[in-house]
Amino acid sequence: MDLTVEIALTVNGVAFRRRVEPRQSLVDFLRSELELTGSHVGCEHGVCGACTVRVDGSLVRGCLMLAVQADGARVETIEGIAATGEIADLQDAFARENALQCGFCTGGMLFTAQEILRRNPRASETEIRAGLSGNYCRCTGYHAIVDAISKAGAARPGGRS
Amino acid sequence: MKPAPFAYHRPASLGEAFDLLDRYGTDGRILAGGQSLVPVLNMRLATPAALIDINRLPGLDGIGLGPEGLVIGALCRHAAVEGSSLVAQHAPLLAQAMPHVGHLAIRTRGTVGGSIALADPAAELPACLVALDATVRATRRGGARDIPAARFFRGIYTTALEPGELVTAAVIPPIPPGWRSRFDELARRAGDYALVGLAAHGRVADGALAEIRLVFTGVGPTPMRAAGAEAALAGRRPDPRALTAAGRALDADLAPQGDVHASAALRRHLARVLLARVLTRMTES
Repeated sequence: MDLTVEIALTVNGVAFRRRVEPRQSLVDFLRSELELTGSHVGCEHGVCGACTVRVDGSLVRGCLMLAVQADGARVETIEGIAATGEIADLQDAFARENALQCGFCTGGMLFTAQEILRRNPRASETEIRAGLSGNYCRCTGYHAIVDAISKAGAARPGGRS
Repeated sequence: MKPAPFAYHRPASLGEAFDLLDRYGTDGRILAGGQSLVPVLNMRLATPAALIDINRLPGLDGIGLGPEGLVIGALCRHAAVEGSSLVAQHAPLLAQAMPHVGHLAIRTRGTVGGSIALADPAAELPACLVALDATVRATRRGGARDIPAARFFRGIYTTALEPGELVTAAVIPPIPPGWRSRFDELARRAGDYALVGLAAHGRVADGALAEIRLVFTGVGPTPMRAAGAEAALAGRRPDPRALTAAGRALDADLAPQGDVHASAALRRHLARVLLARVLTRMTES
């Protein structure tokens, strides 16, 4: 029995139309159908944050949203927000502060960091840590990530410096 | 870790949703925010024949004031409730509780109706609704009924919903002057399921708890109303003596189970800690 459903959506500004199995997660769709492999599949139950993407401007877990639910939506992946330059300062800060080692969590970290700073470029260390609580990093111990976000925020309009 | 295959339906009206509920019965699952359902599907702890995606049902994502109080539509995301000035003004308990629900990227999807219908005993929203004496609006073909939250949550993942009914709103009655709210919880990390949570709602007069409703999360099969502790505190200031008496009463009020995260004894201890913390803050002027 064919359960597939046709969906139309834009990903990083490009329109796509595909038939998908309803059970396919958004992150699996992005990776396997569109070959956008910057979004990572970690825990597959919403805990680790490696699959974080933006849908219609909101941060979501790519493993907890079905591709079929993104029909009509505007999806942004790490490839998209890196290419537009939106997070260039955060990327630089992550590199400078050595805020990544294996890099598996980094795309999700950058998305969450961007959301934290968008809400408050002066976010305190405590607020940054609370904001990052849904993104796991198993390499860095988080200190360098928090530093990178804090420094990037300070240099933004409305930041500390 | 991928879900078993299922059919997907996206009803455009409540009528279509009821048709699908009739057609699939217990083989169909309602998909709202999906933040609890999809993990269960991914782990194949549930293998429904069909998902009925209600996200595009019109008119269920509003927050409004009516004569019956604050009406929060079932499809309101936690993030929308968190950011709502109406909620901050008319249900501050909910505004305080929302930041504790999962993480940012969970709250953008998770819905009020989903949290209510799931009835996870560790969840924040059900406890708040019980503390606020709220009702759950359940809609079926041809009608709706408002069920008091205190009678809605029946057990672990068990509610008073009947087959063919959908949660369409939570209704929070107007809060009279003098009432205050406080929500807090204790978790190992921000966003984790709390070991213990407490929704407190009461009338404070001259620093004393003229009336108080205490509802705990994570220490029993449902949101747990702590009637014994309430009685021990009624009319009193939450001073050490009153809190000690209330803490003792909690032993009979709560029914925690030990698990990998915390023993039952630790949860009882943390409930007493939280009670003192929340009531002290609530009665500060």
